Amino acid sequence: MALEVPKTQYNGKIREVVLGKGEKQVTAGGETAYPFYLFEGEMPRLPRIAMEVYDTPPEEWAEAALEPFAGVTDDPVAWAKKCVTDYGAELVALQLESTDPNGLDRGADEAAEVVKKVADAIDVPLIIWGTGNQEKDTEVLRRVAETCQGKNLIIGPVVEGDHKKIGAQAIAYKHTVIASTPIDINLAKQLNILLGNLGVPDEQIIMDPTVSGIGYGIEYTYSVMERMRMAGLVQQDDKLQFPIICNLAKEVWKTKEAHIPTEEAPALGNAKKRGILMEAISAMVLLLAGGDVIIMRHPEAIRLVREMIIELMAS
Amino acid sequence: MPLTGIEIFKLLPKTNCGECGVPTCLAFAMSLAAGKAELSACPYVSEEAKEKLAEASAPPIAAVTIGTGDRAVKVGGETVMFRHEKRFENPPGLAILISDTMDEAEVNNRLEKSSLSYERVGLTLRPELIALRCDSEDAARFAALAGKVKGGSDSGIILMSSDPSVLAAGLKACADRKPLIYAASKDNLEAVAELAKANSCPVAVKASGLEELSQLTAKLTEAGIKDIVIDSGARAVRQALEDQVNIRSLALNKKFRPLGFPTITFPAEMTDDPMKEALIASIFIAKYGGIIVLSDLQGESLFPLLIERMNIYTDPQRPLATSEGIYEIGGPDENSPVLLTCNFSLTYFIISGEIENSRVPSYLLVMDTEGLSVLTAWAAGKFSADVIGTFVKKCGIGDKIKHKKLIIPGYIAVESGGLEEELPGWEIQIGPREGAHITAYLKAWQA
Repeated sequence: MALEVPKTQYNGKIREVVLGKGEKQVTAGGETAYPFYLFEGEMPRLPRIAMEVYDTPPEEWAEAALEPFAGVTDDPVAWAKKCVTDYGAELVALQLESTDPNGLDRGADEAAEVVKKVADAIDVPLIIWGTGNQEKDTEVLRRVAETCQGKNLIIGPVVEGDHKKIGAQAIAYKHTVIASTPIDINLAKQLNILLGNLGVPDEQIIMDPTVSGIGYGIEYTYSVMERMRMAGLVQQDDKLQFPIICNLAKEVWKTKEAHIPTEEAPALGNAKKRGILMEAISAMVLLLAGGDVIIMRHPEAIRLVREMIIELMAS
Repeated sequence: MPLTGIEIFKLLPKTNCGECGVPTCLAFAMSLAAGKAELSACPYVSEEAKEKLAEASAPPIAAVTIGTGDRAVKVGGETVMFRHEKRFENPPGLAILISDTMDEAEVNNRLEKSSLSYERVGLTLRPELIALRCDSEDAARFAALAGKVKGGSDSGIILMSSDPSVLAAGLKACADRKPLIYAASKDNLEAVAELAKANSCPVAVKASGLEELSQLTAKLTEAGIKDIVIDSGARAVRQALEDQVNIRSLALNKKFRPLGFPTITFPAEMTDDPMKEALIASIFIAKYGGIIVLSDLQGESLFPLLIERMNIYTDPQRPLATSEGIYEIGGPDENSPVLLTCNFSLTYFIISGEIENSRVPSYLLVMDTEGLSVLTAWAAGKFSADVIGTFVKKCGIGDKIKHKKLIIPGYIAVESGGLEEELPGWEIQIGPREGAHITAYLKAWQA
């Protein structure tokens, strides 16, 4: 008797969203099954890894995370170029750390100028991530959208409180928005609806469920993402059929365990490898829950995760 | 299929005696159906009913125990495909491989590593199992290793060989520790089944593909063996994931008994790169592995895997909580700031991490809010001025500091007036709303 394996009854599909523009543009989404369930449906696009770049030299980074970027961390343009040329980045995510009102509080014009320079220097899609301060993000991202008209940047985080002002600019200047909500499927759906009502085309929305790394609450994100995929793929909820982006790197690398030197905690093993594996395993977990684009930092962690993606998709 | 409350009710005495702790038999039946009560709580239930209920309530995926005593590890017993549907029950056992061709120093080294453990939110995280593989084809040598490991470790043991005589020798050395026998296959099924029965040990079945696997487990079940662990034989990542998902789905969605057992997986046999091996293991932690055999254990890969496992197997309905008390971070003294937060473990991790990053020695008061986050606890009345006041007075922080200043989370700023009444003489300071702003806040803080 042949085994009859029950198959999930899918009736939905994740939308395809084009990121960036030109030859190196990337399409995210398109899944018709749960992540890597290729025996049940399709995953026409490989999940992608975006490499992080900061607009200001990082402070207090773990040595392991700084080392691959030695010499370029004070210049976001050189940093971004290094990611693309040396590490083969398929996307770059520029974190606008310097605009934080609680930090350097750099102005919108200055920030937008840096973004423009980075965008002009690389040909891969560029993600622009603000600080989460709604007032400041509104100011900065609006300016960024305008300055980089037509480049199809991926800008965010866009939240309920600032979605109108940032969303309007994204429509006007043709960028993709990152709809960001705090680990809650209902709020995610609501924000997607609001963006739709505003007139942001479905093809210009990608969701950020708010992520954490392993050991720091990744289970919440994991289940919310699984539920988003379930809603989109088997419950015909078209307001949740968007690709998912995970701003992971900073969550992993700020933890205590990614920092402690080998000699201070021998039981935790080699510090460099530990940091890399904490990032790579966190990324694996998010990929298995439905992540389409993962923002990562360490080139070695990225290489490992890419290899696993290829093995999971190997025919 | 599990019985409904009404079906269970029909089997109960219907006397409403209340001795089980709930007032009526119907209420008890409903609790049983929901998995919130044990049948043994009813003193009057008939033998016939017991049998029927046991049969019907047999889990779709058997739970199998390996090892004995405190360190016995239970795997399987899973009831859902997605953790948010209920919860994942028994975390996969992690095993370190030891070959009988390794020299004594290496064996000792690995035995030592098998006892690596980490404390986190009051839990001890550790690998549970040691997999002993016979590569020498020498039964005596294998038995000697099994004896050594039994004496040198209290971990659960997996005996690995395809040769029944080698397995028999290994069992002679350590059968009383209830090791898992790996593995019965189509070539040795009868002999290995005999060993499992004679020693009352759990047995793993290895096949190539789910079809053959289910035929082999059916034979073992017929022979009266219940404690079975299954290996589909896949050693390529994609096929292995597919098998894990399909086994779980067949067992749960089709109640297909021949595959209703915990699985055993072998990242150790899927790559030569230890970093990659850790990633493969991380897939099986999320996707349905029952036992995960690793070629070696290193802190840098074991620790991330253990915290991943802890996260995935956390009960979504019961947030992890940190114990109440005063946490000293960075060696605070009598002039150090005092911060208050809830005991939702995630909040605790974030806040303590931020305080640590700030390098400002501080006291962190963690109050028992039943694992709820600051805002949720506050909304539920479990984080308001009166209860906080009582906690601050009782916890003894007043004796550790000279100043009387308490920093409360920005989100409960409205409680500050009430707190000043509850804690006469204290100055209540409003801290930041978000953990990310703690560093700046503490750096500017002065006693």
